[in-house]
Amino acid sequence: MRIPTCQTMILALSKDTIKVTQEQDVVFLKNRVKEVAVKIKMGLVNQTRLLTAASELVRNMMRYGGGGSCLIEVVSSGRSNGVRLTFTDKGQGIPDIEAAMRDGFSTGKSLGLGLPGTKRLVNEFSIKSKVGEGTTVTIVKWANG
Amino acid sequence: MLQKKKKNILELWMKNQLADEGLREDLISNDDLRAQSEELIDSLVTNLSSGNFTDLNSDEWSPVIEILGGIAITRARQGFSPRETGAFVFSLKEALLETLQKEIGDDTKALFTESMKINRLMDNLSVITFETFIKGREEVILRQTDEIAEISTPVIRVWDGILALPIIGTLDSARTQVVMESLLQEIVDTGSSIAILDISGVPAVDSLVAQHLIKTVSATRLMGAECIISGIRPEIAQTVVHLGIDLSNIVTKSTLASALQHAFKVMRLEVKKITPRTN
Amino acid sequence: MDKIPILRMGPFLLVTIQVDLYDRLALTLEADLVQMVQKTSARGVLIDISAVSIVDSFMGRIIGNIASMSKILDAETVVVGMQPAVAITLIELGLPLKGVYTALNMEKGMNLLKSMIDTSGDDEDTDLSDDDISTE
Repeated sequence: MRIPTCQTMILALSKDTIKVTQEQDVVFLKNRVKEVAVKIKMGLVNQTRLLTAASELVRNMMRYGGGGSCLIEVVSSGRSNGVRLTFTDKGQGIPDIEAAMRDGFSTGKSLGLGLPGTKRLVNEFSIKSKVGEGTTVTIVKWANG
Repeated sequence: MLQKKKKNILELWMKNQLADEGLREDLISNDDLRAQSEELIDSLVTNLSSGNFTDLNSDEWSPVIEILGGIAITRARQGFSPRETGAFVFSLKEALLETLQKEIGDDTKALFTESMKINRLMDNLSVITFETFIKGREEVILRQTDEIAEISTPVIRVWDGILALPIIGTLDSARTQVVMESLLQEIVDTGSSIAILDISGVPAVDSLVAQHLIKTVSATRLMGAECIISGIRPEIAQTVVHLGIDLSNIVTKSTLASALQHAFKVMRLEVKKITPRTN
Repeated sequence: MDKIPILRMGPFLLVTIQVDLYDRLALTLEADLVQMVQKTSARGVLIDISAVSIVDSFMGRIIGNIASMSKILDAETVVVGMQPAVAITLIELGLPLKGVYTALNMEKGMNLLKSMIDTSGDDEDTDLSDDDISTE
């Protein structure tokens, strides 16, 4: 007999997908993320972290992925609520994820803080990429984490 | 079968519970206890009649688990001990088994299989009860931790434009968040240009704690204020150097007094001793 | 297209950013500001970001750029009024904005700029810097 566990599982409570192809969409996306964060009573500093992380990832998606979409979810781990964002693009992909996750690495002209910096701002960070097929980045920020 | 005996079971269960010397009449009234028991038994018996004894993950069991979870969490908050909470479920098991015995009577084989079923089911329910009970306790602890963190970081205005924040106890990352946020907010609110972080109450500084301190100082600087770290004991200075932590970009002072002096100097203030006038 | 107004006040340029910058707006601001510094031979640039709720690595880079470019044109840059949440996020992101001066508010930023110009004037040529200020 299986005993139901109620702690480790992350449940999605609401879902919303936003397509991002041009600059106006970025503003719209940020506003939606902020709305969701406010709704689950995320503190101001965590809101700022989440929004900054989203901003970094959206920029990457626009610059290297030629646009894509973002799935906004309210998630619950039983103990607390959080926001999960999944950015998906069908761009060129990242050949060397390990290198991309290092501080100061950049193929463009940026500071190369995007991915590693973003990881420091959120509670959970995962990245999947295939060259020629696209990149998916998922982040989770807990309301009180 | 059990459906019909519901009333009996409830009575038996109540009797068991009331007979238990661990009963906490100070925490829960008999009426409330009865209401709780009745609610649980209602939904339990409905499920038993459906014949699903094994898969507690299925939807039909969720009302039972919900009720049980609710009871366990409230008890955790009210301060019941694990034994007292457990007794709630165990006494139900006894009541069920007793009723079963009366009903089935001499057919030992049937009695055994049915008892095993009930046993297994109730054991699982007990596990769930304990899990939720502990979760409830953990929530209480978490809440208290938050409260302590908040209480233990007072930002003191020592002078017009100078803030001091004495840190007492271990500085972990959660604590740093609270310290940093309240310090920065206070800087904005008071328009202070100097903040003194006194760590004389911090038992040890490792590289992680140092990192937290550096983070706080850098954030203060970004806002346009200066952050001084004071209260550095000799042992701490030793570990910092041994660990190879670079604090050279930070103004550090050994005591709060010397930090305050430094702050006065930066703000071009002077503290003078008044010489009593002769005559 | 939107533009962020740049005000001139004596030897200083004032910029108050009231909206969250998107990338193009930030790039325009950078270009405009550097132009203005050169045109007005300003000695200092004050950027008020008290109304900005997000500064990501791109925005941080723009601010750093403005500071370095102005520096080459002999003007100091002071960023004023950064929100606590923004400061914490920038540090965690790994952007301590080295080389950029900061102040709590406009008034303090202005004082900082004045003192910087005074001392740098003392070092080089006192008459000239006094002249600069009085003619503005």
